[in-house]
Amino acid sequence: MSSTDTTTLVKDRSGDTASVEAGLDALDSVQVQRTPLTQVLRQKVLPPVLGVLLVLGVWQLAFSLELTTPDKLPSPAAVWSSLTDLWYEGTLFSIIWTSVWRGLSGFVAAVAIGTPIGLLVARVKPVRAALGPVLAGLQSLPSVAWVPAAVIWLGINNSAMYAVILLGAVPSIANGLVSGVDQVPPIYLRAGRTLGATGLAGARHVLLPAALPGYLAGLKQGWAFSWRSLMAAELIASSPDLGLGLGRYLENQREFNDMSGVLLGIVLILVVGVAIDLLVFSPIERRVLRNRGLLVTTR
Amino acid sequence: MTPALTTTEPATTSAAAATLDRPAVRLSHVHKSFGRPGAATPVLDDISLDVAPGEFVTLLGASGCGKSTLLNLVAGLDRPTSGDIEVPGGRPALMFQDHALFPWLTAGKNIELALRLAGVPKAERRAEAERLLELVRLGGAHKKRVHELSGGMRQRVAMARSLAQGAGVLLMDEPFAALDAITRDVLHDEITRIWAERQLTVLFVTHNVREAVRLAQRVVLLSSRPGRVAKEWRIDLPQPRRIEDAGVADLSIEITEELRGEIRRHVQH
Repeated sequence: MSSTDTTTLVKDRSGDTASVEAGLDALDSVQVQRTPLTQVLRQKVLPPVLGVLLVLGVWQLAFSLELTTPDKLPSPAAVWSSLTDLWYEGTLFSIIWTSVWRGLSGFVAAVAIGTPIGLLVARVKPVRAALGPVLAGLQSLPSVAWVPAAVIWLGINNSAMYAVILLGAVPSIANGLVSGVDQVPPIYLRAGRTLGATGLAGARHVLLPAALPGYLAGLKQGWAFSWRSLMAAELIASSPDLGLGLGRYLENQREFNDMSGVLLGIVLILVVGVAIDLLVFSPIERRVLRNRGLLVTTR
Repeated sequence: MTPALTTTEPATTSAAAATLDRPAVRLSHVHKSFGRPGAATPVLDDISLDVAPGEFVTLLGASGCGKSTLLNLVAGLDRPTSGDIEVPGGRPALMFQDHALFPWLTAGKNIELALRLAGVPKAERRAEAERLLELVRLGGAHKKRVHELSGGMRQRVAMARSLAQGAGVLLMDEPFAALDAITRDVLHDEITRIWAERQLTVLFVTHNVREAVRLAQRVVLLSSRPGRVAKEWRIDLPQPRRIEDAGVADLSIEITEELRGEIRRHVQH
């Protein structure tokens, strides 16, 4: 039983363990590969493009078959020329920008207000008992319903627009954060506490990052609500002080009985809403989910 | 691991001896009940247990023996209903069956967060995290995302993160229960090696008798409902052991018989 015997044994075992371990690591590691660009184009980009072309085809067909009169259903080409008219008048971007600026700044304000409310509701029991059901209820109330009230309170001006955006977006942002916090697996909070992350450090290093996916989903929905509320408010409230936004443009074209202008307005509102989602929210959300391994299986 | 202390100056020896005499974890008459007073269910009943510095102790018991409750108490995540718990070295580290690594951070950043919360200055964190990853033989995994690691690798990162706390006491709550047998064997070798290298005090909870015998210097058997210390075994088999060793097997049979006896007691009621 010399000591050299034991040390060689330990060394041998250690080397043996290390190599088995390295083998296991190599066998068990998850290989995460990014899908090649061509595949992304084929599987993710092509189908929606085909879908849009199909809609355009059906539209053109309905126009060519003269299912109804051109003043009720103009051709896609007529809507296109309405677009080029706006472009040559130089007003296209100012119309879009008026609404987008209003929508985004309203949204930012909604985030600034909705986030602390969400945190309070999620973490403070009495606040949750009192405000939780109210927030959930407000979320199901179409924010258009607030337009008349906002106009009476604030007049037909930008403040009324912002009020409607906030009333639409704040509940969904706050609710998103609440459900994000609720879905944090308790094991992370326990692990955080054993590491010494309590109080503010716990919120900063564990709770908030863990709740981020739910929060982002809430932000995304909050933007959709902001945009919808704003369009409704612009449609209903008319005043020269407000400037010409997309909602106002749409309503003006209705007053002129310009159906291709109306359709253009609808398409522009749709395109802006989708574009902001695709260009701003989806990349952030995908990145967060991919980093956490939550995006390995794709549809 | 003690010779270094015996050769130090007399002035420091007394202090060193004092800390040496003190257990790393001391439980004195710990009771824990859950529920309303009056209708409370006792989970732990009069548990007294000392774990010496540098000792490796496994707590063994069937379901309902309150093993995890006991670890939570030692970790300071919960308070005993009565009795005292002393951990003179400060807040112990705790490892779970679930690796509990934060998926929003890389493997290395998980460790760096633990270092940060332990007060390690920013400039030293990166290098220290690399050292800890090397210790669990995952050098080069610093930038890996948690979901890119296998179950065994995740538990090793979790081990490194626990060590990053700089606690002398490591509490382990069935940390290898969800792993396959070969990975578990490898991790048994690793925890034994790291325990010896780092001179850790380990309190390891498991319901796997062989695992308990493979790892520990002392096995403590808890009875169930409520948890009480039923019996203790000191294990002198040399390390590193193998789970297949005859000595491990023999003692496992003996302990399993006791455990089965403890479980059988519950049939009569």
